[in-house]
Parts: sequence; structure tokens; C-alpha cells
Amino acid sequence: MSPRLAVRKTYKLYVGGAFARSESGRHDPVLDHEGSHVANITRASRKDVRDAVKKARGAQPGWAAKTAYNRGQVLYRAAEALEQRSAEFAQQAVDLRGAKPAAARDEVAAAVDVLVHYAGWTDKLHAVLGGVNPVAAPFLSFSSPEATGVVGVVAPEEPELLGLVGAIAPAMAAGNAVVAICSERWPLAGLDLGEVLAVSDVPGGVVNLLAGRREELAPALGAHRDLNAIVDASGDAELGERLDVLAAETVKRVVRIPAGSDAVDDSLRRLEALTELKTAWHPIGA
Amino acid sequence: MAVAPERTRLTWDYSPAPESADHVRLRDAYGVFVGGEFADPRSGKSAPTVNPATEAKIAKVAIAGEEDVAHAVKVAREAQRKWAALPALERGKYLFRIARLMQERARELAIVETMDGGKPIRESRDIDIPLAAAHFFHYAGWADKIGYGIAGREHRPHGVVAQIVPWNFPLLMAAWKLAPALACGNAAILKPADTTPLTALLLAEICQEAELPPGVVSILPGNGATGAALVRAEGIDKVAFTGSTAVGKDIQAALAGRDVGLTLELGGKSANIVFEDASIDQAVEGIVQGIFFNQGHVCCAGSRLLVQESVAEQVEAKLWERMQKLRLGDPLDKNTDVGAVNSGEQLTRIETLVAAGEDEGATRRTIACDIPERGHWFAPTLFTEVSPVHRIAVEEIFGPVVSMLTFRTQAEAIEKANNSKYGLAAGIWTDKGGKAFEVAAQLKAGVVWQNTYNHFDPTAAFGGYKESGFGREGGAAGLRPYVRVS
Repeated sequence: MSPRLAVRKTYKLYVGGAFARSESGRHDPVLDHEGSHVANITRASRKDVRDAVKKARGAQPGWAAKTAYNRGQVLYRAAEALEQRSAEFAQQAVDLRGAKPAAARDEVAAAVDVLVHYAGWTDKLHAVLGGVNPVAAPFLSFSSPEATGVVGVVAPEEPELLGLVGAIAPAMAAGNAVVAICSERWPLAGLDLGEVLAVSDVPGGVVNLLAGRREELAPALGAHRDLNAIVDASGDAELGERLDVLAAETVKRVVRIPAGSDAVDDSLRRLEALTELKTAWHPIGA
Repeated sequence: MAVAPERTRLTWDYSPAPESADHVRLRDAYGVFVGGEFADPRSGKSAPTVNPATEAKIAKVAIAGEEDVAHAVKVAREAQRKWAALPALERGKYLFRIARLMQERARELAIVETMDGGKPIRESRDIDIPLAAAHFFHYAGWADKIGYGIAGREHRPHGVVAQIVPWNFPLLMAAWKLAPALACGNAAILKPADTTPLTALLLAEICQEAELPPGVVSILPGNGATGAALVRAEGIDKVAFTGSTAVGKDIQAALAGRDVGLTLELGGKSANIVFEDASIDQAVEGIVQGIFFNQGHVCCAGSRLLVQESVAEQVEAKLWERMQKLRLGDPLDKNTDVGAVNSGEQLTRIETLVAAGEDEGATRRTIACDIPERGHWFAPTLFTEVSPVHRIAVEEIFGPVVSMLTFRTQAEAIEKANNSKYGLAAGIWTDKGGKAFEVAAQLKAGVVWQNTYNHFDPTAAFGGYKESGFGREGGAAGLRPYVRVS
């Protein structure tokens, strides 16, 4: 009997809740740390960026309108799903990037914990960032945080999973939709994360994951006029400056995540930057 | 038979009631305020500041240049270390002193604000100055409680902050900027607007009276070039800007790639939505308050009036009737509703956009009133038959001009209200509480007023969505831009 032929995986983008090839039809080979060919990914184009932003814009109001409790449970379920596949993600980091097994396991575990941390944020943001304002006039005045809208994420090259999760989790927790550009050198974990989110009741379009050339995709994302904020975790100063200039064209909020920044310790800053505080005034009496 | 004497005819005109400016003592010339002292600007440049209601020169004021900026940064840097090292309660006490001094000198400040900027004394006296003092009082109390305001996170001040304020609420905006910055342990360099520098310079005197450590506050009067130099200066750790969206974008781009904190409070084209179930008389008062307050020189002015079709005729008629009772004239007169336009430049901008409104086919009505011979004036104006694509429905006019549009359904009102690159404020007029909350939640605006408009308070966060800027001023939210949270 001949040995069984393995079934290889076709890596696709995750856009609008569907796994799809790039409209460009292009691909890029993914090589492991020793230069061996591992897989082909579909190489996203600027058009894919635009399509993803459109999907995100469509999905965002529904996501923000879910109860904070519900959004917390969805994020927690994503943590559960990632936990279950953690051995697989860790092994991939070892095989592909040459990570040490213990370090790879720690990274994936940390990514799960980041999701758990932000799952617990969804119904606490209002207490921490907002409140009732004791104004000196007969009004009920209160300030409450709302999602800023659609957030673009440029993930770091490494750690490819933890860095991506740390950038998208705060955006999701606050009710935003996300278009993320995965690590260019190690894109598989980011694309696999789409499979985790897709089974976690994250509504289609709330998180969109693109892989391809950062040089091509990041500026297209940064320049998109229907994007409200950019989370730049690239760690690339030159790209960061370009993104800042592009952001200024439509006054986008920019969150810069330096290499090594801890997504849990840094959570308040990330969450605040991806929310808008709305102050409402309602008269008391006449 | 005795003939009844003819009764004295009653008239209901107002007599002039000008506020006396007797006790105001202004210097002939003001330099820059750096290191706790006034000094001639190193730039050697100055320009007169003018009363926009009379075109009379009030005082000569420095135009700070790059050398002044560099010097102020150096002085501020040294002062900031000691300021941040003070016990927090002591820092707060200086701010309490400043608040008290502003209250003591309130009348003088109100008169100077009105003379320099053209706004009615009623507004500077009842709103600008009391609110400015209240901001200092509020943030004075935060100085030793910052950790409580930022969820207990560890924090430190940025260092030296550059702050640029506009001409529409000169002292109030200076207070919004300075009070939280100082409370958090920063040193501040404030640039007032070139047409309204005087109350900031009086605030410099108040800093002296309060014995604020020299260098903690610097005031650099100047123009756009001064501001551009300030935000780009080496050694600035954070920039806070209130002004136009165009300049805000320029600043954001200028800071690209630099680890400099930034908050922007920019323009707006705020929707004021009147539903058919609103109390119409109350709504009309609110529309007037929303757009003619401070001659419409208000970033959150309710300049896009959205009225439900079923009551549109009634609202239009009542609004027009009410508008004709507005009194335009001497800003120092206590009965004046609409003062002078801040500058000739701003008047030109208003006139240009109003002309565009007429050209594009909207119907213009401007109230008939006496326009003073000297000064810059624009009479309250109502545009009807406005389409959402007209420039007067899209661009910020920053003048006493309201554009009225109509809608049929609540969903259409929300869609039209949110159809703007701006997102600063909005108003909702309805007697149904549930509807007000539902609509408020769907508006992309940083401040939503229900059955009221243009209310401000030091405890209530203020700031915009989208191209109206980012960051908030007021309350605990106003602390966060002035600290680095670790």
C-alpha cells in the first residue's frame, strides 16, 4: 500500500467573513527560516485593501450595537478557540520561523491571555473612560466611549501572532471593525487566526486579515479616506512616519505600538485611542 | 366735561446700556511673557491689536519669532522639572489662586475680551470669563488626584507642551489648555490668536500675581508663522491645537514620525435636528442660541439646521420672526445679542460663502438692522432651499449664518446629520426622551445636546469625531492628553 498523500492547505485572505483569494490573482511563496518552500499565500492588492475596508465599514455598526456582554463573550470564545489550537500555532512558529519550542508556546499562550484580558474590557470601558458629569446647571450630562469606527492594523513581523492579536483585540473590544495586514515574513499564523475568529461568532467583516507586501498594502490602508484610525505595530520608523503623514489627510487617530510593548499593560492607552468619548446633555425639569 | 389727558405713549425700545471700560488699564505695548517677565520680542516684530467693532487700535503686541520660541522652550524646560517635582497639592494651590484671581478681575477680563474680539459683553461676562475661572478651579483640584482620573495607572507629565488657541473664545480656550497641562505637571507655552492676544497677556499678569514659578507658563503672542514655529520646535513634547481643520492637518503631518503627543480640536458643521414633536418655541430659541451665539464664531455652532418636513414651515416662520428681534451693535452694550465679526479677514470668508450659497440657488434672508459705520459686521442670515451638497451645507462658515434643510424620517435625519467630514456636536429637539437617547447614540458627534445647545462645563468632556479632531478637553478625560501613562 502506498503512503497516504497529505492534503495541503490553501492559504487565503480572510475578508468579510469569507476565505478568499486576492482579486489580483497573484501569489507569494512562503519560505521557512532555512529557505525551504512551505506554502503559497495569495498576495493581497490595494483593491483587496479597499474591499476589506468596505466590508469592515459595513460590519462595524452591528458589532458596536451588540451588548458589551456579548462582545466580551465573542472575544472570550476566540480565546477558547485559540487555546485549543495553541499546540498547532506553536509548532508552526517552530517549524516556520525556527522559534524555540518553549518560547513559541509562551507566545501563543500570551496571545490567548491577551484575548481573555480584552474580553473582560468590553463592559468596563464605560466605567473607566466615561461617567456622569456633575455640571453646574440643571442637566444630566454624561460621557461615554464609543467605537471610533474602522481601524487599520499593521502587524509586526514578529511575534507574528501575539503582535497581531495585541493590535486587533483592543480595537475589537471597543466595538471597532479591523482591517489588518499580517506579518509579511511570517504570514501563516495571521491567516490561520482567521479560522479561529471564524468559529468564534465574530461577525463576518469585523476582522479582515490580509497578507502580502507591507510596502504595497500599508500605505494604501493608511491613505484610505474611510478609515478612522491606524494601529501601527510595524516597528518600522520610516513606515510609521509615512503612515503619520497619510493619517493627517483625514485626521486619523494613530496608535503606535513599539516593539516589545505589552498589550495587557498598555491596554488603557490602546482602548482610549480607539474610542470616541461622546458627551450628551439632557435637561432636567423644563 | 373734563378731557382725559393724552396718555404718554409707551415705547419698548432699548436705551443704550454700554458697559463702562473706565477701570481697564491696558499697557500701550505688550511683549512676550517668558520666565515670568514681559520682554521685548527677540524677533523685533509687533503689530497693533484692533477693536473689530471700532477699528481702533488698542495696544501694540509682539509677534514672537523662532528665536522667541527657542528661548521659551529652554526656559520652560528648566521650570518644568521643578514644577513637576512640587508636591501635587502645592501645584494645585497655584491653580486655585489663578482661578480666584480670574474671578476677582472678571469684569476687567470681560471688557477686554469684548474690546479685543468683538463678542457681546453679555457673553464674555456671563460665559467666557466665569467658565475660564471654573476650568482652573476644576483642574486645580485634579492636580493631586490624577491617578484617580486615569484608572490608577502610573503616569508622568509630557514635559513642555505647546498650546495654540483660536480667537473665538480667547481666554476660555487658554484656560482649557493651560489648566489641565499645569495640573499634570507640564510647563506650557501658549500662543494666543493674533487678533485676540490681550486676555492671554492679562492672564500672564495673573500668573505673576499668583507668584506662579517663572517659566511654567509662557505666553507668545504671534501669528500663524509663530504657531508653525512653535509646533515644530525642538524640545516640544506635546502639542494641543484648537483651530481650523486645515491647520490641524498641517500640524499632524508636521509631527509625523516624532514622538510628540497631539490633540486637535478642529472645525465643525454641526447638525441641529428639530423633530415634529419638539416644543417649537423652545427649539427656535435653541436654534438662535446654537448659531448666533458669539456671531456664529463657534466650532460647535449648530450651523446645519435639520427640520422635520411636517413642521418646517412653522419653524422657518418662527425662526425668522425671532431672528428679527436680535440686536446687532456695540459689543460693550449689555443689550447686544450679536457683536462684531472678529476680523476683516473673517468677514470676507463669511461673505464669500454666503455669496456661494446664493449662487448655488439657496434662498437667503438677512435681517434688516442698522450696521455701524466702522468695524466688521454681518447681520444674522437664514438660508432655506438648501441642498446637502451646497457649500453652505458642507463647509464651516464660522459666522451668523444658518442653513436650513429638511427631513422626513428619523433615519433620514441621522443619515443627513452624519453626512459630514466633521463630527463635533449636534442638537436634538424632541419631547420624547426615548427618541432623544436613541438618536443621540447614533450621531457621530462628540457632544450631543438634547433640548438645549452650546452648554459647556469643566466637568464635561468636549471634543470631536472624524475630522473635528481627537482628544478631549474637560473632566478626567481632559487629563489623559497631558500625561504619559505607563
